Amino acid sequence: MTNNEEELYQDHILAHYEDPYHRGRCSRCTHVHADSNPLCGDKIRIELHVDDHGQMREIYFDGEGCCISQAAASMLVERFDGKSIDEVKQFSAQDMLAMFGVRLTPNRQKCALLSWKVLQAAIYSPVEAARRIAQCEQMESLHSDAEELHQLSAPGVDPAGAERPPPAPPVAALAQAAPRSEER
Amino acid sequence: MSGAAASDEARVARLRQDFPILARQVSGKPLAYLDNAASTQRPRAVIEAMTAAYEQHYANVHRGIHTLAQEADELYEGAREKVRAFINAPSVEQIIFTSGATAAINLAARSFCDRFLSPGDEILLTEMEHHANLVPWQQAAERTGAVIRYTPLTEDGRLDLDAFQRLLGPRTKLVAVTAVSNVLGTINPLPEIIALAHAAGAEVLVDGAQSVPHARTDVQSLDCDLLVFSGHKMLGPTGVGVLYGRRDLLERMPPFLGGGSMIREVRFDGFRPADLPYKFEAGTPPIVEVIGLAAAIDYLEQVGRDWIEQRERQLTEAAHRALEQIDGLRIIGPEPKYKGGIVSFVVERLHPHDAAELLDREGVAVRAGHHCAMPLHERLGLSASTRASFYFYNTFDEIDRLAAAIEKAKAVFRRKS
Repeated sequence: MTNNEEELYQDHILAHYEDPYHRGRCSRCTHVHADSNPLCGDKIRIELHVDDHGQMREIYFDGEGCCISQAAASMLVERFDGKSIDEVKQFSAQDMLAMFGVRLTPNRQKCALLSWKVLQAAIYSPVEAARRIAQCEQMESLHSDAEELHQLSAPGVDPAGAERPPPAPPVAALAQAAPRSEER
Repeated sequence: MSGAAASDEARVARLRQDFPILARQVSGKPLAYLDNAASTQRPRAVIEAMTAAYEQHYANVHRGIHTLAQEADELYEGAREKVRAFINAPSVEQIIFTSGATAAINLAARSFCDRFLSPGDEILLTEMEHHANLVPWQQAAERTGAVIRYTPLTEDGRLDLDAFQRLLGPRTKLVAVTAVSNVLGTINPLPEIIALAHAAGAEVLVDGAQSVPHARTDVQSLDCDLLVFSGHKMLGPTGVGVLYGRRDLLERMPPFLGGGSMIREVRFDGFRPADLPYKFEAGTPPIVEVIGLAAAIDYLEQVGRDWIEQRERQLTEAAHRALEQIDGLRIIGPEPKYKGGIVSFVVERLHPHDAAELLDREGVAVRAGHHCAMPLHERLGLSASTRASFYFYNTFDEIDRLAAAIEKAKAVFRRKS
């Protein structure tokens, strides 16, 4: 194995990938968001139980995708278990990449930042009855048959089947925001 | 190795020297470029033809009287004749230059459907189409009220011809089908498909993006009504593609993009379109890219398309043999005799994205993802796959390196089970 490989697929990342922290669902979900990376098909869904004081009593993720996207989600959920949504707001994309700790090319940064984007959106996405969950679940079965596909492409319906989060910055900007020293 | 195989390898070694990029290193190892279904590399002859066009013969086409304009015109229209001969079209008027296969399908979908489709008419596609041969028809269906039907696949990833026959109906106006699946590698039985469609009164568009670069294509014996392909998948530059069409069909289809070159006369109250092929070539065309495409055709003719087809079949068979040895690896698509030079696969516990990353560390360039065929992956129950795709310049040694790199990548994730 070369040095490069050891850097990217190092033990603590593989450990998160193979034995993820809090993969599953909240017992009582107040906030939820899901998104995917359309280029590689990585999917992440994050559920929160936020109390009246803005503390996250529970945080769980689920998803599928490459080692980087899933390990990053596990690390993020572990990092914010029991923390407040104010702390989430202050956690930047640079902080996320720094926490991940491994040098990533811009394309792989998108993998690592997917869960960060989803969490940033989830804190603004309270569950309104079952509607939101239904929408997020619809995303998982995206394009399951031709009729649904056509229906989804009808005007006024986002083909991704999920509402866009208000605050998520564009991924291109995130790649720019990466710490330069990490890229060398 | 047999004498014939040894002389093939020697020929490939010589041909590879025509491709500057194939000599480079990636991750400190010789590049094994196995992403040819996405885009091929270019021989020096193509790069030099384009440089010469810019340095010696460049001007806009179809407009000028001066010397450079005439030279550019000769090169551009000469390229049209080369493309005509390459696919054995009856006339140069039936060769329309576009910015790529995607643009060519969009042109055909817009122009054909707006002219010929009514609400309730049917467009018959297949489950193995690239997004470029799905979305333009979905857009056309939304505009016209037409209905889209999809021909399903067999278990092993071939078209279900019986189902295709059942789906063909009196309302089917158009069948759009890929000649070769860009994921499964499946070579579709175009003669049967076209005969059945014609018997049902439907026109057929063939997406030749993955076939025209790799095998002899004769639009007259094939009897397709429309054919599209791209320059960059056949050693040519990006930004150029071709739409071929049956003459009477193209004559009845209205112009798609409006602008310069596509008109005969413009007045304040309207316009009259130009004759074929110009009525579909609005604006300044990709002049130098077309000239580069002609150089690519010259090169391919010199290499020989029958040899290319045979070479890629051998590479695909070798890849199947090598990959089938790998524990936990599953090849997607039919056995090699039904395939072009495309081998997609999934490996247990190794996500395609991680596979592509780890293979790159060995200098092996493959593609990971849904390869612009999300509905197909959905049908296969996969979110992504890894794809190795070949051209004649690939070697058996590169296939061995692919297999070795997969084994090495697997080892990274072998810690727990």
